[in-house]
Amino acid sequence: MTEPVLNVEGLRTHFFTDAGEIPAVDDVSFYINEGEVLGIVGESGCGKSVTSLSVMGLVPNPPGKIIGGTIDFRHSGGKVEDLRRVSGRRMRQIRGNQMAMIFQEPMTSLDPLYKIGYQITEGLRRHTKMNKKEAHRKAVDMLKIVGIPRAEQVATEYPHQLSGGMRQRVMIAMAMACDPELLIADEPTTALDVTIQAQILELMKKLNKEKGTALMLITHDLGVVAEMCDRVVVMYAGKVVEEGDVRTILKHPKHPYTQGLIRSLPKMSEREERLYSIPGTVPKPGSIKDGCRFAARCPHTFDRCVEETPELLPLAEGHACRCFLYDSLEGGGAHDRSTTAEGH
Amino acid sequence: METVRPDKQTPIPSPEQEAHTVPAPASPWKEAFRQLRRNKLAVVGMFIISFFILIAVFAPLLTPHQVSTMNAADRLQGPSADYWFGTDDLGRDIFTRIVYGARISLMVGFFAVTGALIFGSMLGILAGYFGRWVDMLISRVFDIMLAFPSILLAIAIVAILGPSLQNALIAIAIINIPIFGRLVRSKVISIREEEYIMAAKAQGMKSGRILVHHVLPNSMAPIIVQATLGFGTAILEAAALGFLGLGAQPPTPEWGRMLSDARQYITSAPWTVLFPGLSIMLVVLGFNMIGDGLRDALDPKMKH
Repeated sequence: MTEPVLNVEGLRTHFFTDAGEIPAVDDVSFYINEGEVLGIVGESGCGKSVTSLSVMGLVPNPPGKIIGGTIDFRHSGGKVEDLRRVSGRRMRQIRGNQMAMIFQEPMTSLDPLYKIGYQITEGLRRHTKMNKKEAHRKAVDMLKIVGIPRAEQVATEYPHQLSGGMRQRVMIAMAMACDPELLIADEPTTALDVTIQAQILELMKKLNKEKGTALMLITHDLGVVAEMCDRVVVMYAGKVVEEGDVRTILKHPKHPYTQGLIRSLPKMSEREERLYSIPGTVPKPGSIKDGCRFAARCPHTFDRCVEETPELLPLAEGHACRCFLYDSLEGGGAHDRSTTAEGH
Repeated sequence: METVRPDKQTPIPSPEQEAHTVPAPASPWKEAFRQLRRNKLAVVGMFIISFFILIAVFAPLLTPHQVSTMNAADRLQGPSADYWFGTDDLGRDIFTRIVYGARISLMVGFFAVTGALIFGSMLGILAGYFGRWVDMLISRVFDIMLAFPSILLAIAIVAILGPSLQNALIAIAIINIPIFGRLVRSKVISIREEEYIMAAKAQGMKSGRILVHHVLPNSMAPIIVQATLGFGTAILEAAALGFLGLGAQPPTPEWGRMLSDARQYITSAPWTVLFPGLSIMLVVLGFNMIGDGLRDALDPKMKH
């Protein structure tokens, strides 16, 4: 359990547009252990989707490009490969086989012209030696596993005949067909209504437990995080601002941004007229050169926040936070480390 | 958090509740055809075109006279029991020539559209899928071709190649290439961004396979519509070239040529002009009606 399936170090994905270079993902590091569920949380535009696409090697290029960092992926055999350095051919062998992804919009993620069964067999036949018949049988089995009733019949139907929840189940069946070591789910339940959300999450959790598939869950929904995740990475404006296990993050958040996120959730116990919201809006990536990216919206901002860029500080075992509030508590040593690491 | 947290007591999958809306599996293509059959105008169009296809195929069985047999005694006769559509200035039976002309017009339409479709699609796919300088180059060539009035370009091409039915056909195919090319290119560009293409990539599919299996079939709808409408335009363009003497050469019974040969008799023997003109109009109308029907049937917004 200790060896990570995926270990991302210093990932930088920039977009090169007419308006200039936009650092969508800026020096992001995280890891996912075998069988673990890692949540990546943040607002829209914080770089969480780009992070997942970077891992899959699917960043649209142009304009996007991974310009730094390593993405170490460990195969079930124990062999570790840096996905940034493998060939396109090798990457295609890994994609959909050892590493699969499901998307936010189940309504548009299936090709409208092909039957459900065929779409699942497509990946199976690409990555395994199964013939048509075997693949079809496996596809029907997968549909049963993801809880689709009348699986044989559904396999012969077209996407437009299924509801959103059913389609997301099909997407999960497609992704899980080759038994990947890592499943990346980019807001898998955002487009679904609440009861279906719960079912899909239960299903993913069940598959995670039964098959031991590590799950990288991208979401902006802290409720989903509380339900699903073992560990959480909080992202803000392209950077990781806090990471830790789910209990610590939800019960004792350290970074003012995480605190704000949690405060802005509605509470059953209180009846407030207005929900709390973090003042201001997410800065455009790349617009802040110096200082903490959250400084403009932070209730605790002091001089240093706008002058220097904070580093990710380890607070406790497995808990780290990018904020000067905790740097000053540790005294001069931590201060030195942060400035030297920054290399000004 | 409690509000969004899924209730653990809920039994896990109750997908029966996620009801199926349509019971019988229907392929999107079949569904489109069903839509098309419900469109009255399109059905009329299909009848017209089927009619012309039938007379073209069975031409020798339907015609009472020889195509090019001249009969000086019977020149410029009005419609009668012997000559249903009358005779032209050389005493040839117009009905027979119209029936044989259907063969020529449909063939011109078919080959010109097929040629334009094949080359236009290939260039459009290259431009749309690879983008950058490939797109730049192909698109600019298309732009230049489209900057000319199409019939003028066709005339220029025929002038270079020499006037004949075959060269007219080639010219018509060439001037239609950018129309299909631009259509395919824009469709490929938009389909390329669809989420199911990303999903196919996430499945580890090769780009060639994605292009052939996912991008191209999903781009077909407007191409089919354009091809149908293009049939009509190609026939019209062939008739125009024939009229100008740049297409079919005498004694070929080409409708446009028949029109131009008969134009001096328009007042004295109006049937010589009427029937070829009517035939051209009917065929083009038929294809346009089918094309419009197809456009409605294949429009994704019209579904459900």
